[in-house]
Amino acid sequence: MLLQEKYPEEIKGILARFPHKKSAVLPLMHLAQEAYGFTSREAMQEVAQILDLDPTHVLSLAGFYTLYYEEPVGKFVLEVCNDLACALRGADEFVQMASRKLDIPVDGTTNDGLFTLKTVMCLAACDRAPMLQCNLKFEEHLDEAKFDALISRLRAEAAAEKAEPSIVEQISAFAK
Amino acid sequence: MHKLEVYRANGGYEALQKVLNEYQPGEVIDIVKASGLRGRGGAGFPTGLKWSFIPKAPGEKYIVVNSDESEMGTFKDRELLEKNPHQVIEGAMIAAYAIGAKQIYNYMRGEFMGIGQHFEEALKACYDAGILGDNIFGTDFSCRMYGYYGAGAYICGEETALLSSLQGDLGQPWSKPPFPAIEGLYKKPTVVNNTETLANVPPIITNGADWYKSIGTAQSPGPKIVCLSGHVNNPGNYEVEMGMTFHELVYGENYGGGIRGGKKFKALLPSGGSGPVVKEDALKAPITYEGLTPYGSTVGSASVVVMDETTDMVWAALKMVHFFKHESCGKCTPCREGTFWMERLLHRIYEGHGTEQDLEVLQSVATQIKGKTLCALGEFAVNPVLSTIRHFFDEYKAKVQGGQKKVAAKTAVPTPTD
Ligand SMILES: Cc1cc2nc3c(=O)[nH]c(=O)nc-3n(C[C@H](O)[C@H](O)[C@H](O)COP(=O)(O)O)c2cc1C
Ligand code: SF4
Ligand code: FES
Repeated sequence: MLLQEKYPEEIKGILARFPHKKSAVLPLMHLAQEAYGFTSREAMQEVAQILDLDPTHVLSLAGFYTLYYEEPVGKFVLEVCNDLACALRGADEFVQMASRKLDIPVDGTTNDGLFTLKTVMCLAACDRAPMLQCNLKFEEHLDEAKFDALISRLRAEAAAEKAEPSIVEQISAFAK
Repeated sequence: MHKLEVYRANGGYEALQKVLNEYQPGEVIDIVKASGLRGRGGAGFPTGLKWSFIPKAPGEKYIVVNSDESEMGTFKDRELLEKNPHQVIEGAMIAAYAIGAKQIYNYMRGEFMGIGQHFEEALKACYDAGILGDNIFGTDFSCRMYGYYGAGAYICGEETALLSSLQGDLGQPWSKPPFPAIEGLYKKPTVVNNTETLANVPPIITNGADWYKSIGTAQSPGPKIVCLSGHVNNPGNYEVEMGMTFHELVYGENYGGGIRGGKKFKALLPSGGSGPVVKEDALKAPITYEGLTPYGSTVGSASVVVMDETTDMVWAALKMVHFFKHESCGKCTPCREGTFWMERLLHRIYEGHGTEQDLEVLQSVATQIKGKTLCALGEFAVNPVLSTIRHFFDEYKAKVQGGQKKVAAKTAVPTPTD
C-alpha cells in the first residue's frame, strides 16, 4: 500500500486524465518505482490492484520498458548514452572511465548503494556528447573533470540527506 | 519563448483565435493541404491529407502528439518542447479543431520527464489563461491536453505501438488496417502527428499556405529542423530551408563548420540509424524528401550523423544493429531473430573472427528480413548492414580475411554484445 499512502493526490489526478483507467498504468508504474525503489512484484501488484488489471500484465510491462528497474538500483542511476552518435564523440571511452572511477562494471552498483552505472541507447542529446542522465536529469558536454565534480556533488547531496522531490515526483505533481 | 506571456507577445495563439473565429474545420484542413506541409516524423506523409481521413461524423476523436523521439541522432522535438512548447500546443489545438477532437495527448519518451517540466508548466499556464479547457476564447470549442511519459522503448515511436502503449497495452505495433484515422486510440478516430509537424501549423495559419510554399522546394515546402551530430565542429539543431545541400550543412560556417580536427569526410547517415549510409557524392544532394533517392537513401526526420575518415564502418554498423536488436519488440520472427543473428555475425566479423561465409550469411539474413516484418523497424535494421556492405565492402573484406587466419589459431566462441 506504499504507493497509495505516498501519492494519493497524484494517483487521483492521473486517473482523471483518461477515459479508460488502464492508460494510467505507465504513470503509476513510474510512481510505484519511486515508492518501492524498483518494480518489485509487490509494487506491480499494487498498481494492478488500483487499476483492476491482471498483475502478470503489469509485470510484463515492467519487463518490456527499460526505465523500469526489475532489480534494486543505487540511489543515483547513471545512464550513459554510448549509442553511435555519442560514441563518435568519445562515449565508449567515457563509459570506461566512469566504470574505473566508480570501481563497478556496467550494470553494477557501488557497495555504498549510491551509484548504478548503465549504458543506454540514444537519449536525444547527441550534440552534447559525452552525456548521461542521472535519475532522468540530463548531464551534458561531460569530460573526466566534470564527471568527478558530478560524483562529488551527488555524494555530498546524499550525505546531507536533502530530499528534493525526484523528477518523477515533480512531473506527477502536475496531475494533482 | 517557453513562457506564455512571451509567446503571446510574439503573436502566439493568434492563429488559434483566427481559426476558431474565422474558419470552419474543413477550411483549416484545406489550408494545411494547400501549404504542402509533410510529416516531420520520418515518413513525410502530407499532413492535411492525413487530417482529412478522419470521419466527419460526430463522436470521440483524438490528437496524439508523437514526442517519443528515440531515433539515434534525433534531438529536435526535445528542443522544441524545452524552448517553444506553446507552438506545439497551439498546433495540436488547431489540429484538434480541424478534426473535431476534444482531447490531446502528448506522448513523450520517459527520458523527457526532466525537460517535460517546461511543457507541463506551459499547459498549466494555458488552462489558467482559458486557452485550454471549456469555451476557449469564448467560442464553442473546448479542448484538453495532457502530457504522457513512456518508459524507454524506441518502438513506441511507431504510431500504432505508441497508441497501444498509451492504452496501457504492451507497446507493440498492430497490423494496419485498421488505420488510426478510423480506429486509433481507444478504437476512436485518431491523428498521430510528430511534434515538429504540429509546430509548423500556427505559422501556416497566420501567414497562409502561399507563404509557406514560398519556402523550400515544390515537393518539400517549408523549413526543417536538422539535427547535426558526429564528427563536425558545431553539432546542434539547425533550422534550414528545404533544398539546402548537405554540403552546406556539414561545411557551412553557420552550420556544421566542417569536420572536426580538419579530418576528411567519410560518410553520413541522413536519417539516424534507420536510413542507408551515403558517401561524399551525396553531399551535393538537397535536403528534401526526394533529394537522396538517387543515392539510395532518405532524409527521414533529418538526423544527420557525420563520420570522418577514422570511422570503422563495420563498428558503426554493429552499433546500429545492436540498437535495433535491443529495440525489436519481438512480435515478428524475422525481425526478432534476424536482428539477433545480424548482431552476432557483425560482432564476429568486427572482432576479426569472421569468415567470408559469415559475410555471405549476414547479407542473406538481412535480405530475408526485408519485406517480411509487421512494422518498419525490421526494414530499418537492414539498412545499416546492406548499405555499409555496399559502400565499404573493402572494410568487411579486410576484416574477414584477417579473421580467417585468426580463426585457425583461436577457436573462441564470440559473444554478442549485451
Ligand atoms: C520504429 C519506428 C519508430 C518511429 N519513431 C518515431 C518517433 O520517435 N517520432 C515520430 O514522430 N515518428 C516516429 N515514427 C513514425 C510514426 O510511425 C508516424 O509516422 C509519425 O509519428 C507520423 O507523424 P507525421 O505525419 O507528423 O510525421 C516511427 C516509426 C517507426 C516505424
Ligand atoms: S518489425 Fe520488429 S519492431 Fe516491428 S513489430 Fe515486428 S518485431 Fe516488432
Ligand atoms: S547517440 Fe547518444 S544521445 Fe543520441
